[in-house]
Amino acid sequence: MLGEVIIQKMKKIKFKVDKHILTPKHSKLSEKEKAQLFEKYHVTSKEMPKILRTDASLRELDAKPGDTIKITRKSPTAGESLFYRVVTDV
Amino acid sequence: MADEETKQIEEQELDAVKQAIEGKEAKPERIEEEQHIYKQVKSIVFSVLSPKMIKKMASAKIVTPELYDKEGYPVDGGLMDIRLGVIDPGLRCKICGSKLKECIGHFGYIELARAIIHIKFVNIIMTILKCTCRECGRILIPDNKIPKTRELLDQIEKESGIEDRRQKVKEIITSLKTANKCPNCKAKQRKLSLEKPTTFIEDDKRLSPIEVRARLEKIPDNDCEIFGLKVPFVRPEWMVLTVLPIPPVTMRPSITLESGERSEDDLTHKMGDIVRINQRLFENINAGAPEIIVEDLWDLLQYHVTTFFDNNIAQLPPARHRSGQPLKTLTERIKSKEGRIRHNLAGKRTNFSARTVISPDPMLELFEVGVPFTIANKLTVPEKVNEWNTQYLKKFVENGPEKYPGANYIIRPDGKKKKITEETKEASLEELQPGYVVERHLMDGDVAIFNRQPSLHRMSMMCHRVKVLPGKTLRLNPAVCTPYNADFDGDEMNLHIPQTEEARAEAEILMEVQTQLISLRYGLSIIGCTQDAISGNYMLTKDAEMKREDAIDLLSAVGLTEFSKLPRKSVISGKEVFSALLPEDFEFEGHSRSCDRSKDKCDKETHVVIKGGKIISGVMDRNSLGEESGLMLRNIHQKYGKDTSIDMLGKIFRLGIEYLLRVGFTSALADTDMPESAKAKIRDDLDIARKEVDSLIAQFREGKLETFPGKTTQETLELRILEVLNKARNETGKTVAQFADKRTHTMIMAESGARGNLLNLAQMAACVGQQAMRGKRIDKGFEGRTLSHFKKDDFGSEAHGFIANGFKTGLTPAEFFFGSMTGRDSLMDTALRTPKSGYLYRRLANAMQDLKVEYDHTVRDASSKIIQFQYGEDSIDVSKSENGAINVKRIINTT
Ligand SMILES: [Mg+2]
Ligand SMILES: [Zn+2]
Ligand SMILES: [Zn+2]
Ligand SMILES: [Zn+2]
Repeated sequence: MLGEVIIQKMKKIKFKVDKHILTPKHSKLSEKEKAQLFEKYHVTSKEMPKILRTDASLRELDAKPGDTIKITRKSPTAGESLFYRVVTDV
Repeated sequence: MADEETKQIEEQELDAVKQAIEGKEAKPERIEEEQHIYKQVKSIVFSVLSPKMIKKMASAKIVTPELYDKEGYPVDGGLMDIRLGVIDPGLRCKICGSKLKECIGHFGYIELARAIIHIKFVNIIMTILKCTCRECGRILIPDNKIPKTRELLDQIEKESGIEDRRQKVKEIITSLKTANKCPNCKAKQRKLSLEKPTTFIEDDKRLSPIEVRARLEKIPDNDCEIFGLKVPFVRPEWMVLTVLPIPPVTMRPSITLESGERSEDDLTHKMGDIVRINQRLFENINAGAPEIIVEDLWDLLQYHVTTFFDNNIAQLPPARHRSGQPLKTLTERIKSKEGRIRHNLAGKRTNFSARTVISPDPMLELFEVGVPFTIANKLTVPEKVNEWNTQYLKKFVENGPEKYPGANYIIRPDGKKKKITEETKEASLEELQPGYVVERHLMDGDVAIFNRQPSLHRMSMMCHRVKVLPGKTLRLNPAVCTPYNADFDGDEMNLHIPQTEEARAEAEILMEVQTQLISLRYGLSIIGCTQDAISGNYMLTKDAEMKREDAIDLLSAVGLTEFSKLPRKSVISGKEVFSALLPEDFEFEGHSRSCDRSKDKCDKETHVVIKGGKIISGVMDRNSLGEESGLMLRNIHQKYGKDTSIDMLGKIFRLGIEYLLRVGFTSALADTDMPESAKAKIRDDLDIARKEVDSLIAQFREGKLETFPGKTTQETLELRILEVLNKARNETGKTVAQFADKRTHTMIMAESGARGNLLNLAQMAACVGQQAMRGKRIDKGFEGRTLSHFKKDDFGSEAHGFIANGFKTGLTPAEFFFGSMTGRDSLMDTALRTPKSGYLYRRLANAMQDLKVEYDHTVRDASSKIIQFQYGEDSIDVSKSENGAINVKRIINTT
């Protein structure tokens, strides 16, 4: 007896880095949150850490250059820590 | 840009250069009383010198390689032409009119017979050639895309700075290098390659520097700007030299030897070569010599000009003196540790400092430094005379420079310094009055900064109080060896004496030893008891007893003057003696080294409990007192502050040593003696292991050995054998620990953590164990065997470096050889690793030197870019924590 052939979409079986357990959670800040963040630290996007637009962990976030990404990481010293990055092209 | 405008900018630029070089020319007759004009630098442009500029800034054209004529006078148009500056005392410069050391020198130039590639620009030239059309000289970007590219670059620069713009330019360049058709004139591009160091090859045909220059000339100004070359400051063709600036003689002075002979600088030698070959090339070209000869000379000129800029080009043999030593040309002067930057500009030398060998003195306080008389007589502290201290300071002057404590100089209010000698002493004493300064000898209590290289962290330079002592070494309390990473096998240290009140105050407040007790790396005491101080306190607090007189004697030797804390008994226990040093209200609980940490509640008698400043139970060992661990010390610091804790630490340290001095302490060969029963057990254990190994080998040979997943059978065998042998060694270790006499001093050292451990003991008493290289048993040497007297393919334990003997019984020759192999291997390893890790550390420190924690707890660099949003992700200042964490429980309990 032959087994049945299962057709799967490539997207479904491809390895997803952003879903991996070791990838910290990435989320996009709203314009308001972004303004609050910049206000809190007295910064412009020039002083902010950067993240490449093509970064694998932004795959499903639809991030455009200028957007701010919030990264929630596990921290050995603080339990959980927040980090922010601005999306760039270069 | 219009030609007129270009010219204008060039003129301005030239004026600026001229002013800088010849500023004094404007009014040469008033050199002495010239007025200083203060100006602020608005901007600096770094660019490439144009041939025009080189000619304009030059004050002489150099045409002959000769230096001096028969009378020894510099030849006109020679490399030592007097128009290039003065290097003889007494002469005045022809160009600027100033004397030696005032005239900074003037450039000259030579006209090169043929264009020469500048070695430092080879890579830039290469990229530009690859990114532009070989026919029309346009950049290989379609015209309609150029504005967009510019816009993008400008935007990047505005948003994230010039550094990122450069990055983007590099990216654009790499994308262009592969283009093979000009979007402008449709010409096909050929394959360009570089034959290092300076030859450009296009499709196997050599491009001469003249052709290269011609191509660069064709590139329009606007296209240059995309590469980051701003016209009129830089034009790409200027990177191919047609004229060569000749540096002024002041930067390459000749030295007159004792014999009266003149010896010229390396640069002058090199330029002599250049001028000579250049002349010959000119002559040959003018005479219409065959092209082969001309090209040979051209290549030679290229070689000389290249080595003039850099004599360390990988593909070129370095130009040498007749003695064979390589010439030091321009790049070598600037580069590396011995170069101008790191040696002369970033490196500093200092007065009022001393350096000698160090030695220990536990009787010094931790914050003191012992200074020999000979040094104290030379190093001085300036003290200003006023009406209250005139008498006091006169005594120093009276003593003079020889008798301690004396003075070496007095300084008049007008700043004139006067040396005190036996003859001038009386006169100096007469004139001394308020407003004068006396430079008196170093005395006890003076502030000094003590330092040991490499200064890797801030504790490498600490402020100590001077204690003048006989002897010839600098002395320090052995407890402060740790922060300096010093030992006494010949280490030398430096001492600096701050010379102003401000400097002294700063050193005291910021650098004093007391302020450096707690490490900012791991939040525990860096300074603690070491070696004998630990074993002494361990013995004292374990089970010692002594007469009351002896206890008082001991404590007063330590520096205690108040004995009311000692109980009024005739026999006093060691714990009570130790407790006399603790404050009345000190409470502490902690594990000692022999505690059992696995249980929730520790019930060992060695568990340390201190209540009301008294040791209730437990022993003092490295866990409580040691450096980099001393939890008790950390608690004392937390509660009583730096001054109490440093005082107490000094006393505890001395208590341990003094106690050992009284009872004696020695490590004897007999300490590793084992009873006959223990010896038999060790022998049996090793025998069993040997047999087990043999049976494993037998199984392997019969093919019955079960293979581990992911390993070959051979590897499995190795792993199994290692396992068996390690188990056997551990078993012998346990036996040794069990049978060894706990009262022997070797065991006391191991148990208290002062020095050595049980493993060292077991290696001496029973079995050294398996020698491993790269995690494997030793298998190097002959084909199929390690040493010639073993059989081939012998997998047995002896044949692969298992040392069954202990150091005391002695090793067999084969065992000794295996031991030497691993010994040499680890020696090599450390010798190779130390400089590697040192360099790594240097790079790390340089990369992070401008990072700073701001008031909002962010970590930022010098341009305010955020590195961390919260310092360490928890904003904890480690130096104010206990081992990196905050003890919330204690904070709640105490408030
Ligand atoms: Mg040493
Ligand atoms: Zn001059
Ligand atoms: Zn073209
Ligand atoms: Zn305990």
